[in-house]
Amino acid sequence: MIYRETGQFKTDYAADQQIFPIRQDRVGIGILLLLAFIVVPLAAGNYWFNAILIPFLIFALAALGLNILTGYAGQLSLGSAAFMAVGAYAAYNFQVRIEGMPVLVSFILAGLTAAGVGILFGLPSLRIKGFYLAVATLAAQFFIVWCLTKFPYLSNNSASGVISVPNVEILGFTFDTPQSRYLLVLTIVSLLALAAKNMVRSTTGRAWMAVRDMDVAAEVIGIRLMHTKLLAFAVSSFYCGVAGALYAFCYLGSVEPDGFSLDLSFKILFMIIVGGVGSILGSFLGAAFILLVPIFLDIALPWLSALFHLPFDNATVSHIQLMVFGALIMFFLIVEPHGLARLWQIGKEKLRLWPFPH
Amino acid sequence: MIKRCKQLTLATSVALACFTATLPAAQAAEEQFFPILSYRVGPYGANGASLFGGFIDYLNYVNMKGGVNGVMMTWEECETEYNNAKGVECYERLKSKAQKAPGPLHPLSTGISYALVDKTAADKLPLVMMGYGLTAAVDGSVFPWAFPLVTTYQMQASAIIKFLKDKNGGSLAGKKIVYLYHDSAYGKEPIVALEAESKLGKFELIEIPVPHPGNEQGAQWQRIRQEKPDYVIMWGWGVMNMTAIKTAQKMGFPRERMIGSWWAGSEEDVIPAGDAAKGYMSATMNVAGKNVPLIADIEKTVYGAGKGNLKDTAKLGSVLYNRGVATAIVSVEAIRTAQAKFGKGKAMTGEQVRWGLENLNLTEARLKELGATGLLPDVKTTCSNHEGSGKVKLQQWDGSKWVVLTDWIEGNKALIHPLFQAEAAKYAKEKGITPRDCSKEK
Repeated sequence: MIYRETGQFKTDYAADQQIFPIRQDRVGIGILLLLAFIVVPLAAGNYWFNAILIPFLIFALAALGLNILTGYAGQLSLGSAAFMAVGAYAAYNFQVRIEGMPVLVSFILAGLTAAGVGILFGLPSLRIKGFYLAVATLAAQFFIVWCLTKFPYLSNNSASGVISVPNVEILGFTFDTPQSRYLLVLTIVSLLALAAKNMVRSTTGRAWMAVRDMDVAAEVIGIRLMHTKLLAFAVSSFYCGVAGALYAFCYLGSVEPDGFSLDLSFKILFMIIVGGVGSILGSFLGAAFILLVPIFLDIALPWLSALFHLPFDNATVSHIQLMVFGALIMFFLIVEPHGLARLWQIGKEKLRLWPFPH
Repeated sequence: MIKRCKQLTLATSVALACFTATLPAAQAAEEQFFPILSYRVGPYGANGASLFGGFIDYLNYVNMKGGVNGVMMTWEECETEYNNAKGVECYERLKSKAQKAPGPLHPLSTGISYALVDKTAADKLPLVMMGYGLTAAVDGSVFPWAFPLVTTYQMQASAIIKFLKDKNGGSLAGKKIVYLYHDSAYGKEPIVALEAESKLGKFELIEIPVPHPGNEQGAQWQRIRQEKPDYVIMWGWGVMNMTAIKTAQKMGFPRERMIGSWWAGSEEDVIPAGDAAKGYMSATMNVAGKNVPLIADIEKTVYGAGKGNLKDTAKLGSVLYNRGVATAIVSVEAIRTAQAKFGKGKAMTGEQVRWGLENLNLTEARLKELGATGLLPDVKTTCSNHEGSGKVKLQQWDGSKWVVLTDWIEGNKALIHPLFQAEAAKYAKEKGITPRDCSKEK
């Protein structure tokens, strides 16, 4: 009833090709954007912006990047954090070295730099696939972090190898409050998510999925494998690179190469697995899950232990948190291996049939 | 009906329990709140547990002695696991509680302190990085809110060189020194100082990085064996130290010629290395042992009352535990200094605590009064010198305990401090900060 599409007729191609063909979806997305752009900036406190919302959006973008590569094009990668590092350091260098460089342009250039590096490390994908490719992209993870520590030029000869980014200023407006930074990140992430959604609906996306499902068949029907795979690597790295630049400029403020470790790559990989491989929405849900559950447990567990007078100290809470988190991931993967996005899809289908399921 | 009643009583008692659980927070006394970003799990958990144990024990001790002129110390811990992003999240979580009357913030991680330098300055919360962190913050004109208190890596490196020089009849000319370091911000900070020293002292410096976390050092020590250096100066943390000491033994490098930094000189580093560690030296900014009167008193008062923070009381009196106490002493003394100016018995605001940190004068006499002689050198800070001391001692592991070898050694300030100013000036330029004029500060 709630989700009935009866009466919604599509009379032209434009209507048929909308991103959200069902009115309820359009309204839902509209409300969501309204909430994100207007209500949240007015209502949320600094803690929410600095510790939850901004990192959530940034990681959602990185997960989106990986999802394009792994979820849509079927190329396993363990180098997402490295591409983020490339983006962060590139944006920093463009900012510091070129006088009067607009921040947004340096973000785009950072994405392009990451895309270039991504193509380079995507080359092995032409010969190998699956787990072997994942191991090859591991090389990116180690090589890039090593490179950034090895050459002091890349951190502007900072004595410690840590870069501390300049203020974000666009057209004379300085993004120094948490709200403004959140809005900046939200705008960039929304635009890139929209672009991704359109990309995966287009010829490019269909080619990616064809390669993912069966590359020999894809080649037979005339899809250029090399071109398609490398494009996926480039686009994915572009997204990760922009996420890295935002991570440095709008979240941490100062980053060191060690921060972009293999752990972070795994974290992003878990995000798409839990969220849903091959789904734009899944990237967001996964990022939220992976980021929020530990924070939630971190706050809830001491409160619970105080309530029931349990002798927990901080270390115990931290360990319990890891266990609960691991158990939750396992639970989700067993109950719904296609991720949270799939759960949402099932929910929608049920709502369509409600109250008369068949 | 009876069942209903039972349910009702249960519900009421649960509600009551909730209510009483929230009660203590409602009491309004003068309080100074310490946001503690600690780590007791993760790669450096063992080190964090000792250090933050000492820190919290001292705060407890101060409270049991009546607080600072009646102002009680309160705190909340947040587990960072030595992870920068988690550290930032913890900081954001605790900062609103700290806004009114903050105690100095100690992240005990170079990475986290880098990430917090700008944030704490914007939120007006004092950040203390005692013996680590962004060392350029010694120049208080650019960093009014950040304090690399007591001593810095660069001054420590310089003091170690001074010690070696004295050992070698006043000159290191023609000698070869390997600098073996954790390849992170922490390990890289002293390089500029060592390079300046090597130019001045005409000794050869070889820099060998060890990737994090440092549990594999075969290649590095192979290189050390080839180079045959006179000394190895080691900047390690956690598992790297133990591995280095053991590998040195395997490769036949005498441990008597290995000198660690103060983060490479605790019981946590040498005991796991066993016999290999005998003779190994390290710098330190505090002595170990329970024969410091304050430490003995903490054991009696705090642990006697069952309020001790350490689970493993064997760590009481260890290097890191005592350093935690020293860290807390500096924080509490800053609050005391601030109270002396802005009103005794009142909780101090962030700005006031900052002033206290900047006008700290911890003399030997005051340290003796506290029973903390040897726990830290005398400290006197100013606007242009947020370090305030720059002195270290050298200690040697005799197989069962640390033996202090020297009195306080001060690094070459005339050589090192201009490096801080240059780095701070570069930082100010990158960030568009106008430095304040220290000559105008009272």
